[in-house]
Amino acid sequence: MRKLFGLLITIALGVMIILALDKTSAFPKFGEVDLQERISSQYLTEENIEMVGSANIVTAIVVGYRGFDTLGEVTVLFISALGVAFIFGGTKQKRLDLKFKPNFMLRVGSNVLLGIILVTSLYIILHGHLTPGGGFPGGAIIASSVLLLYLADDKFRSNVKGFKLMEGIAGSIFVVVGLLGLIFATAFLENFLPVGTVGQLLSAGIIPIIYVLIGLKVGSEIAGVVDNFLTEEESA
Amino acid sequence: MTFFEIISLVIGILLLAIAFMAINSKKLINSVLFLSALSMLAVVAFVLMRAPDVAITEAVIGSGLVTALFVFTLLSLKRRESE
Amino acid sequence: MIQYASIILFVIGIYGLFVSKNVIKMIVSLNIMEIGLNIFIISIGFVGDGAIAPIISSTQDLGLIFVDPLPQALVLTAIVIGVGTTALALAFAKTIYKTYNTFELDEMEESA
Repeated sequence: MRKLFGLLITIALGVMIILALDKTSAFPKFGEVDLQERISSQYLTEENIEMVGSANIVTAIVVGYRGFDTLGEVTVLFISALGVAFIFGGTKQKRLDLKFKPNFMLRVGSNVLLGIILVTSLYIILHGHLTPGGGFPGGAIIASSVLLLYLADDKFRSNVKGFKLMEGIAGSIFVVVGLLGLIFATAFLENFLPVGTVGQLLSAGIIPIIYVLIGLKVGSEIAGVVDNFLTEEESA
Repeated sequence: MTFFEIISLVIGILLLAIAFMAINSKKLINSVLFLSALSMLAVVAFVLMRAPDVAITEAVIGSGLVTALFVFTLLSLKRRESE
Repeated sequence: MIQYASIILFVIGIYGLFVSKNVIKMIVSLNIMEIGLNIFIISIGFVGDGAIAPIISSTQDLGLIFVDPLPQALVLTAIVIGVGTTALALAFAKTIYKTYNTFELDEMEESA
């Protein structure tokens, strides 16, 4: 009975959503959009690309045009990580016992893999303004390398205080770089370094610096969350 | 029909089928694994719609880390039941 | 095609929220809704089969047809926020299990 009722309500809701969106600018016919009518075509003009200097235009929007938005976004992630730490909080913590016991080969092999994963994440973060990727996926890859260490060794605890320190330092430098923009240029987070040639590694001004900071901050935050999920309070 | 339309049709049907199975499966761990598969299919949809940045992020976070967090939550409960 | 599939995906998520009485199932439903919305927002910016991703190698490439980069930037940040909210919701679920020893909402009412 409840399933039938829920089905009717959701079908009505779906029809309502489609009827409400139909023939508005938010619901264009799939694949038949003219970008020249939109404000997004401004991002793709030659003078604006030479002003920002980033070859990946998504990165130019995330870090360049909407940098303040991204600062708020990493703050939201920080607050949710803080909430997880607060809920699981406790002074004496130990590792959660898993059913399987990792053997010697798994431990050594995962240490070899760890280097490869970290180098990949560094590549993805550093080339965020040239190729797909950037600080957000790169930071998540750093966190997944920490996850690998946790799974391969049932005694392993990462240095949680070190993660917290790194996260705080990265966030502070993000704000300091923004304030430097206020001093050397006119606005918060405005680019004050030379832009360089589009498509080279050392280009795009402050965008690579900020993306590295975002990568470190996201990586340490998610690694802290993983640590919280794999530990528990020392119970009697 | 072009190749693009066929692929998008297949992806759309698979997305709906796996979402339905994720909600209706009896075991919780199956539900979580179907969610991981749904994320992976969403990655294919993002690549079809020319969004490589979003695809990389979804592949790492959606089908890797979120699934890991779900599985850890379920693992810690199994242990408590056996006590 | 993918556009309508994403709207139906969102609606399936709402159906799961209505029907399921398990806390973990509810979080899974929220994640399904999030994936549907992300695919819908990306599909707004798709301009056709001939378009390429918004990454240039030099300024000579600007004559080509690019997809809209703005929805992709919005979704990129939304995914990362999604993992934060999911982690927080799972932490709440674990606390609920500690208190009531169950995930089912009905059994919680009985034991309360």
